[in-house]
Amino acid sequence: MSILTYILGWPLLAALLLVFVPRNYRVIIRAIAVLATLISAVLAVKMFCQFVPAANGFQFEQQIPWVESLGISYHVGVDGLNVGLILMGAIVAFAAALCSWEIQTREKEFYILLLVMTGGILGAFASLDLFFFYFLHELALVPTFIMIGVWGRGEKKNYATFQITLYLSIGALIALIGLIALYLQSGANTFDIPKIIEHAKTNPLAVNAQNFIFPLLLFGFGILVSLWPFHSWAPLGYGVAPSPTAMLHAGVLKKFGLYGLIRIALPLLPQAAQSWAHVIAWLCVGNILYVGWVAMRQKDLNLLIGNSSVAHMGFIFLGIASLNLIGVTGAVLIMIAHGFLAALTFALSGYIYKQTGTLQISELGGLCRKLPFIGTALLMAAMAGCGLPGFANFVGEATVFFGAWKMFPTITVIALWGALVIGGVYMTRAIRNILHGPLPEKWNSLADANLWRKLPYALLLVSLLVFGFLPKLLTEKINPDAQKIVAMAMNQGSTAATAVVVSAPLTTSVLADGASAKAPEAGALPANFVAQNK
Amino acid sequence: MLEISVIGLGLVLMLADLFVPAERRRFIGYAAIAALGVLLVTSLSGNGSCGQFGTAFGGMFINDALSLFFKQLFIVAAILVLFMAAEFSDKLAEGSVAEYYSLILFALAGMLFAASSNDFTMLFVSIELITITFYVLVSFQRSKLQSLEAGVKYLILGALSSSFMVFGIALIWGTTGELNFTKLAAVAPQFADSQIFLLGVLLVLVGLGFKIAAFPFQIWAPDVYQGAPTPTTAFLAIGSKAAGFVLLLRVLFTAVPSVTHSHTFANLLIVISGITILYGNLCAIPQRNLKRLLGYSSIAHAGYLLLGVAALSASGQSALLYYLAGYVFTVMAGFFVITLVMRHLATEDISGLAGLNQRSPLLAATLTLAMVSLAGIPPLAGFFGKFLLFKAVIEAAQTTHNHGYYCLVFTALIGVVISLYYYFGVIRAIYWSKDPADLSPIELSSPAKLSIWACLAGIFWIGLFPNTVLNMTNLAAAALGK
Repeated sequence: MSILTYILGWPLLAALLLVFVPRNYRVIIRAIAVLATLISAVLAVKMFCQFVPAANGFQFEQQIPWVESLGISYHVGVDGLNVGLILMGAIVAFAAALCSWEIQTREKEFYILLLVMTGGILGAFASLDLFFFYFLHELALVPTFIMIGVWGRGEKKNYATFQITLYLSIGALIALIGLIALYLQSGANTFDIPKIIEHAKTNPLAVNAQNFIFPLLLFGFGILVSLWPFHSWAPLGYGVAPSPTAMLHAGVLKKFGLYGLIRIALPLLPQAAQSWAHVIAWLCVGNILYVGWVAMRQKDLNLLIGNSSVAHMGFIFLGIASLNLIGVTGAVLIMIAHGFLAALTFALSGYIYKQTGTLQISELGGLCRKLPFIGTALLMAAMAGCGLPGFANFVGEATVFFGAWKMFPTITVIALWGALVIGGVYMTRAIRNILHGPLPEKWNSLADANLWRKLPYALLLVSLLVFGFLPKLLTEKINPDAQKIVAMAMNQGSTAATAVVVSAPLTTSVLADGASAKAPEAGALPANFVAQNK
Repeated sequence: MLEISVIGLGLVLMLADLFVPAERRRFIGYAAIAALGVLLVTSLSGNGSCGQFGTAFGGMFINDALSLFFKQLFIVAAILVLFMAAEFSDKLAEGSVAEYYSLILFALAGMLFAASSNDFTMLFVSIELITITFYVLVSFQRSKLQSLEAGVKYLILGALSSSFMVFGIALIWGTTGELNFTKLAAVAPQFADSQIFLLGVLLVLVGLGFKIAAFPFQIWAPDVYQGAPTPTTAFLAIGSKAAGFVLLLRVLFTAVPSVTHSHTFANLLIVISGITILYGNLCAIPQRNLKRLLGYSSIAHAGYLLLGVAALSASGQSALLYYLAGYVFTVMAGFFVITLVMRHLATEDISGLAGLNQRSPLLAATLTLAMVSLAGIPPLAGFFGKFLLFKAVIEAAQTTHNHGYYCLVFTALIGVVISLYYYFGVIRAIYWSKDPADLSPIELSSPAKLSIWACLAGIFWIGLFPNTVLNMTNLAAAALGK
């Protein structure tokens, strides 16, 4: 049994176990959920440490045939692309389980759904089989709808539930059609992703088929990831969702579509990817600039965070669109960094909501006096969101900009401006209005988080900082496998040949120059920079 | 033979009615269930006559993997319906329960014949056996106006469609001189240009379209579903529909494959399937009556099943059969809950579900899972079925380069999304409707519990372990030929 099976199996097993626990044993229910997510987080850390960078093929593999006549099997394994994502997902899931103390009604059902969601999403990232990849994602997606519908807050709950259900179902089904079409078109007669890729090396898909399938995947996954202009479900949905759900969805589940594009669409549909790269790049300007502006106008903290998280997706799309090693590496880095960040901000806003009963920015103020720990954490999260060096987000965003510069200089300039200026404006403004200034009298009774409740926030902050200062931990793993993906995405193409396939050491040195020129005191980004310091 | 045993069993039940005291009539049903169980086991183990493949009565009657698959499906459905009828018996007229049981068995016999028919005569006789018993079954609650109204509607429209079908059969016989499917297949290519022959085929399809409630012959379904006693509705939704589909498959792929495999015909099926899906799903949105809602949803599901026919391929047929297998357990679970919850209510309004999760968590969970499975969400039966159907249609699109198939798949996708809305509406009524009027717990008899667990097991089994059923459906589709 692969360690991956345990990582995704424990939460699912615990969910099954909870079905048989009577509903009034609240402490036991909570303990089981926290313990199961803790085990899978610890196992994920162990796997992350044992992972051998640049090894050939997948590690910790396991394959069990499921439907032989269709070539479907339960096949899990990790390479550099998903090892970090699984680590991030498992840690966020543990933090979400810890943050679930805010749920006071129907706890049993909530924890069951939370665990199913955790197992499903970790499984989707680990899966190397197209069918299970989709199947497990859907397994994780449906609990989201129920959780928002039952435990959601605010007057717009019903509307938001139906909106997010219908919107995301359309996206998932479009992606499903794309995946089925891909399976049939590949002619490999298997759902196994490595085998399809191997098959496609000798028998590439016809260009017109690629041009048909790629948009299905792009827009199907794009809806799931809130690609502009299909993002309108996200801010409202997150604004209404209970915070553990928002943490898991915005942090982890949403990365599924991006991961699918990198893992499946780029290597298998290279020509289409090249011809659609410009479209993606321009759409992500919509994310970064337009949604950034929308975020500036928000009066509700959760809507602001929701919009800013949509805006961040733009950087990842930009990295994917750049179709070169630096860009794709950066995209994966942001996926991981943003997972921690989104989970952290939603967890913090959940704490504030629980304490004050409102997230209207105008009603809050001066909270740092009463909630020093929460306030500081929120400040750090906001700084990470603006891309301050030292946090993992900076590493990813800077990398993406270096990658994208070669392909789309104009868009990169716009995106940089969006990231630094717009992001800076709405984040600092929110911080000023929420944490500083006079403290309204009604908030005099607020209490800061106790030690136990500080744990999830601290955990997520530490993760952001660790990967911010030691990005080498991730880049050394991501680089070799991103290299393979990019090589496949580029080798049959001629149109976008300007983008060079750079070798790994060259990449890091390019990044090192750039980063030290830009933020020499940060000591943040590049692998060999860190190595020199040692 | 299976059919003769079933008819014999029906007759015995009618006789038993005379000798068993009124208060123990419920047990007649359990006896019938036990007997059907024995038949199911024999058919599964491959012993007895249905394990031997071949033809009888001069080629009119055929036993192959397809007929075996459908026979097992029908018997499972009938067993579950009998359980349901036993729960429902106190709502039926005094002393008529045994009659109800035996009518169910006669309808079952008709379905078994339909599964084996290889001749237009046989097709017509079995369809009539099913339809005529259903006229009685639908209007069985003699004291209830709605039930009678439903019976009359079903009678008029059913008779109309039967007459179309007879007319079609007559035209086919008149032009080709053959009624046997196998022989007809051999001569049909000569008549490819004969308008009268094609009209005959189309008229037969009208009759079958009525059975499966496909557009534009779907108009009866919601009214009849709403008015009929719930076990009848369940049997109508599964047995009658599946019988329609097995005959449709036989006619299209055994009798007149030369007509079926044409571009025009594929487009016809695409259009019918697409409109059926949209019609069923769109009309289901405003419904408040649960049975009526399921009536419209069953129209939509006829549309999904037609995807498998429209694909005109072995994988399409296999997907259709797989979907039907999952559909049996899902729909049965749904109707079972309706029977138990709505027993003491005048109407089957959705609001009657309020507070169900407190009244009976098992029933609430069952209905939720049934709705989720109908909506096609993993890991339940409906998801894998829809996955196979979509795959078959996309495959057809890629092999034939007919862009209609892509349009069809997107229509189906829109249908699925629309259906999420009303299925989730039902789930919402169960779990978070405001101030339920009645919170008394619902008593479940142990046979009812047993059959509910069986349905749930079926839903999960077909969703999670597709291998066994998939092998069966692949064999059945192979038996059908192209």
